[in-house]
Order: sequence, then C-alpha cells, then structure tokens
Amino acid sequence: MQDPIGNLYNWLMGWLVSWGVDQAISNILLSLVGIVILVTIAMVLDVFLVWIERKVVARFQDRLGPNRIGPWGIFQPFADIIKLLIKEDTTPNGADVFVFNLAPILSLASVLLLWAVLPIAEVVFGVDLNVALLYIVAAGAIGTLSVIMAGWSSNNKFALVGAYRMVANMISYEIPMVVILLIPAILTGSMSMLTISQSQEQYWFVLVVPLAALVFLISAIAELGRSPFDLNEGESEIVSGFHIEYSGMKFGLFYAGELLHAFTFGAFISILFFGGYNGPGVTQMPVLGVFYFFIKAMIGYWIIMWVKYTVPRIRIDHMLYFNWKFLVPFSISILVMTAVMHKSLSGYETPVYVGGMLAANLVLGWITIEILRAQARKQRKMDDPNSRVVAELTH
Amino acid sequence: MQSWLYILLFMIVAVIIPFAAILIARILGPRKPNPIKQSTYECGMETVGDSWVQFKAQYYVFALIFLVFDVETVFLFPWAISINALPMFAVVEGAVFILILVAGLVFTWRKGMLEWN
Repeated sequence: MQDPIGNLYNWLMGWLVSWGVDQAISNILLSLVGIVILVTIAMVLDVFLVWIERKVVARFQDRLGPNRIGPWGIFQPFADIIKLLIKEDTTPNGADVFVFNLAPILSLASVLLLWAVLPIAEVVFGVDLNVALLYIVAAGAIGTLSVIMAGWSSNNKFALVGAYRMVANMISYEIPMVVILLIPAILTGSMSMLTISQSQEQYWFVLVVPLAALVFLISAIAELGRSPFDLNEGESEIVSGFHIEYSGMKFGLFYAGELLHAFTFGAFISILFFGGYNGPGVTQMPVLGVFYFFIKAMIGYWIIMWVKYTVPRIRIDHMLYFNWKFLVPFSISILVMTAVMHKSLSGYETPVYVGGMLAANLVLGWITIEILRAQARKQRKMDDPNSRVVAELTH
Repeated sequence: MQSWLYILLFMIVAVIIPFAAILIARILGPRKPNPIKQSTYECGMETVGDSWVQFKAQYYVFALIFLVFDVETVFLFPWAISINALPMFAVVEGAVFILILVAGLVFTWRKGMLEWN
C-alpha cells in the first residue's frame, strides 16, 4: 500500500514485456493510460465544480441553486452538458473560422496541461518536472493567447474590447505572480513541485512568507479574470467579453476551463504555501495525501469563490494602478527581503529561522501599511473641499 | 527526456479531449444558419464597419513594460534556486539587479506612462 501506482505500473510493465512488447513502447502506452486517467479525473471534477460553483453562488445570494435533478441537484451539470451538446454551433459573419474554433480548445488545454505537474500525493503525480514553476507560467501564457485569439477572431467589438482588457489584466498580474513563484524556489532551492511539497513536511511556507501567499492569492484571482478583476466580462457594458459570440459546446469549454483553472490555482496555493499533500499520517500512508490535497485545494477554491461573490468589480485604470504602483513594487520588496533574510538565517535552527522570517514579514507588512496610510492621508487632504477651492482658484 | 515525452503525450491528450467535445457537438447539434443568426451581436444594433480597427495605444505601453519585467524575472530563476550555494555577496548582487529592474518601473512611472486617460 506504500506506492500503489508504482506497483501497478511495474506489474503492467512486466506483463506487457512478457507479451513481447518493446520496453520503450510499453512505457509510452502505460504513460498514455495514466494521462487519460488523470485528464478524466480532472474533467469529472470539472463537472462537479460546475455544480459546486452554482450551489455556492446561490447560497451567497440567498437562493437555493439547482435542486431539481437528483439529490441537491447534483445531476444538474450532466443535464447542462447534454444541452450544450445538442445546441446549434453558430459562427458569426466575417469570423476567422480556424482561429475561432481553435481558441476554446487551447483555453481548456492550457488548464489541463497544468495538471501534468500537480503532485496530488507523494506517489500520485503526473510527472516530476524539474522546471515545473516555469512550465506553469508557460502553460498560463497559452491561456492568455487563447483569450486574444477568441476576442480577435470573433469580429465583434465587444469581444475585442473584452479580450484587450483581459490580456492587459493577465499580463500585468503575471509579473507579481512570477516574482512570488521565485520565493518557493528560493526556500527549497528547486523548481520542482514535488520537492516544494516535500520540503514543507516540518512547517508550511505560509508561516515563513505569509505576505507572499497573500500576493499570490491576489494575482491568482486576477490571472483567472474573476471578480473583482472580471472587467473582461463586465455584463453591463460589454455583455460577456471575449466569448460573446461563442455558443453551445465552445462556450461550455471556456466555462469549464475557467472553473478548472480556479480550482487548479487553489491547488497551487495549497502546494506552494500550505504544504500540499502533507498532513498527519502521510509518512506512514502516502496515499492519504490525495485526501489532504483535495481538501486544501477545495478550501483554496472556496476562498477564490468567496472573494468573487463578495467584492464588486473595479475599473480598468484602478486595476492597472493597483498592479503597477502597488503589487509589483511590493512583491519585489518581498522577494529581496526573503532572499536576504533566508540567506542570513539559513544557518540557524528551525524555530529561530521560522520566527525570524515571520518577524521580517510582519515588519514589512507594517511598513507597507504605514506608507499606504500616509498616501491616503495626502489624498484625503487633496480631496478636501476647502483645499479643492484653492486648487481651482490657482488653476 | 522521459518527462518531456510525458509532457508531449499530455499535450496531445489535452488537445484531443476538447476537440472531441466540439466534434460531438457538431455531429449532434442542428445546423440551420440564416443571415440574422450569423450577424455580429451588438445588443440588437446594426454593426457599423469592421471591428479590426486601430485600438487604444495604452494597452501597448503596458505590454512593453510587461515584456521588460518578464524577461528579467526569467533570468532570476537560476539565481533563486542556487541561493543556498551562493555567498552573501552574490545574493546582494541579485538584489541590486532587481533594483535596476525597479529603476525602469520608476522611470515609466515618472514619465506618466502608467496613467490611464
């Protein structure tokens, strides 16, 4: 029971080789079977995420949500899928048909690709890539590409405006996200997701770098294009944004991609900062990690949903100012602080190290709040009606 | 090499699954196009002109700043993973490199390129 998947792999491998199949070919075959199973798990999870999302948003808005098909409406997403499959698939006039059809495929594929490097447990993972952090950024870039492809090829002005906003949003918030991804790399000396999970056996990284976890959560929400950063689909102005012209299953793929992306980012937050699959009893029974992983990822997903349904949408200039004038300098100061503190504290024992890092984070957070407070005070003085009269007179 | 083969296979499967979904929908769904259904959706208004027009240049400025930062952060990854092996001097030097990055941001800020108008 220590390593069921490894044992199964070895057993099937021996079986295939004894049948006279070449070692390399049987390896590819078994990898393919594993990939299909992993992707199927992701897609089945996605189906239930639709139900969870609808149920949770209903509760946030004091409604019941889907409750007709099956117990608690749990079969509602299956009805949705059947409906999406038998809907007519329309293509607008003047659309760039090839790019138009490719965009939803890439949108879902970019999210599924992230699942290749997720360490679900110490013995349950797709592949242990040694550059997994860079791979995540690269796969995310395909998602950005699919958005601009969808918006541009639809031949629709709303879609184009939505796509431009979404891309401005995604590339802007990618900077703090990549900077924060450097921090687990600094702490573990590796870019592999499995190593990052393994090295959090003693303490979670959120204790060492809480500010980085916060910035990662904010930039992850922005990267997902969810509220308060969902101005790509501002319903009251550009109706639905970049996927306005999509119907039927193509729209379904965008929707499925968005939900799975949100869950995957919940999983990333749990892996990078909350110990991933680590939990009580995992060393004796590694398979138990699957349970902890999904619980933690679900909590991360739930926090992202919570923010989405609580916070109102912000304006695009505010969104870009918040990123470039606050989040980027802030994340860079976290990075420099973490690098210097980690280097100077690495010789000490664990309690001293964790305490020192935590104290440094608290000091940095306090300084940031003080600077913001001084800025706000200055702003308030400028907005003061008395001083505004003076400003208008001097103009 | 083994792991990149896995990634390649994963990419193929990840593209085939959504492609299959679209294919099934195309087989099952009806196809009755007409000019009004195919027209560009604009809340009931007739569309005027092409949508592939010149667009706000501000987005382009943000893309340029992004490019500078993105390229430089990629260079920081080797520094980050080898930080335990480096002497303190090299760590500080990495911090100075980051500060040079920040100088670019301060320059664009002072130039007023971050303002949206």
